[in-house]
Amino acid sequence: MKIAVCVKAVPDAATGKRIDPASGRLDRSGDLAVSEFDLHPVEAALRLREEAAGEGEVVVVSLGPEGAADALRKPLAMGADRSVRITDDAFAGADVGVTARALAGALEREQADLVLFGQQSADGDGACLWAAVAELLRLPAISQVSELTVAAGAVTGRRQTEFGYERIRAPLPAVLAVSDAINEPRYPSLPGIMAAKRKPQEVLTAADVGGAGESRTAVLALAPPPSRGERRLVEDGDGAASILAFLEEKRLLR
Amino acid sequence: MKTLVFLEHHDGAITKPSLGVLAKAASLGGDTAAVVAGSGVRGLAGWAGAFGAATVFAADDDRLAAPLPQPRVDVLAGLVRDESFDTVLFAQSVLASDIAAALAVRLDAGLNWDLADLVEQDGALVGKRPALADSVWVDVGWSSSPRLGVFRAGAFDPVETGGAAQVRDAAVEIEPHSLLAELIEPAVDESSGPSIEDADVVVAGGRGLGAAEKFALVEDLAEALGGAVAATRAVVDAGWYPYSAQVGQTGKTVSPKLYVAVGISGAIQHKVGMQGSGVIVAINKDPHAPIFDYADLGVVGDLHEIVPKLAGLVRQRKAT
Repeated sequence: MKIAVCVKAVPDAATGKRIDPASGRLDRSGDLAVSEFDLHPVEAALRLREEAAGEGEVVVVSLGPEGAADALRKPLAMGADRSVRITDDAFAGADVGVTARALAGALEREQADLVLFGQQSADGDGACLWAAVAELLRLPAISQVSELTVAAGAVTGRRQTEFGYERIRAPLPAVLAVSDAINEPRYPSLPGIMAAKRKPQEVLTAADVGGAGESRTAVLALAPPPSRGERRLVEDGDGAASILAFLEEKRLLR
Repeated sequence: MKTLVFLEHHDGAITKPSLGVLAKAASLGGDTAAVVAGSGVRGLAGWAGAFGAATVFAADDDRLAAPLPQPRVDVLAGLVRDESFDTVLFAQSVLASDIAAALAVRLDAGLNWDLADLVEQDGALVGKRPALADSVWVDVGWSSSPRLGVFRAGAFDPVETGGAAQVRDAAVEIEPHSLLAELIEPAVDESSGPSIEDADVVVAGGRGLGAAEKFALVEDLAEALGGAVAATRAVVDAGWYPYSAQVGQTGKTVSPKLYVAVGISGAIQHKVGMQGSGVIVAINKDPHAPIFDYADLGVVGDLHEIVPKLAGLVRQRKAT
């Protein structure tokens, strides 16, 4: 079975995140790392390959800037076989539609049996890209998967929604987004890190994936968040009495 | 402006966040319509008229019985095409996010998500989106028609207008790939007691409680205040409390009048699920806990002393 895992390189937690006020876009000039959320689908893919006694291939697919190259070594060091990175200035500020088309373009070339995503982006807090990619590839999609099994040409996912857990089955090929509750990603081993350096790391341009479309959304302005009003902190005295007085003042005790 | 609002339903009722988005859409003026998709949903469609929709489309079909996104994309795409909607709005949920993203690429339309508000500025619609752990608010716009927007759950309250909607049948034409995923086991609601999404008061417990049995303190305070009990992801993962009570990024989003956070540090994953609350009170022994940055009243102290005492004081006060 061939598994493609879509990952995103995001500003390293140590670097912190900031929005460039001039472009309204996230500043990606600092160190990048593969989003923690995206290590879970990498782990899920590696486990599926292990269950198949090592049969199959795990390919990491990413849209990102040049600086993402180093970040993509981590999934390779964990055990993925190769990476495909779409890098082109034409993708700067890509919105969900443009991003989905780029990934779908790369995935069309790969023809994987299973396409995995993490549960959300770690920077933009988006949680929907897989659905757009599945639509473009005209494949079934299952999101928020906390357990998955593959058998007899179909994948079954246990998914978490606002209303509890449900089980969904889809024939392969399929697109799945897994939650961070699905597994504990392994740490790359030293031999894994050494091996990653020799693994194929393909780079694609916009032209290779059918061109970069035009974003249909734009950031217009940045502003400080609205104030929640006065905040009070009680550090001494009778905490319970302070809360009671506060609730009475706000007329919340009825 | 011609707006379509997707109304999600569960257990025979339209969800409160989607009725909130309908109220917001109606307040912006223009033609406001809504769509309900499912099996046996005509009754629900009529009911939605009382919340601000002039027209409610009912997509009633057995193939829509399971709450899966892909067949709904086909229904919404057909409606947008046939009725020329220029705006399609959703209340954020697992289902709605998946529908919105797929619909965006189907229609080549812009999608802005996690919106806290939508306003008209100089004749254009502008979405307000908190970003980077809510440290900045981003104004976002669209360069497409239709525009697609997904709102944070609980961004708006439903408004009962008492109107009656015209209920119309929506055509249900489903693409083959939309029916490949199949629900084989529906969600089982594990919750007991009042739903945390509808409660006016929510008392939530976090890791600071120290042990599963200490949830009794939270339950007792919730009972005194007449509220529901919620929990953080960390304690749900630890098995201290059921998932149905989980508030936060991967749990429920609540917006009660009063939210009491007990032993919760208040990381962003939790904050996004409860920041729409009217008044936030936090009890934590760490004065540097992030929750104190957005609690209206923060109390630094030992929850094991404060919580039972507060429950007693509240009962006393209510008895008089």
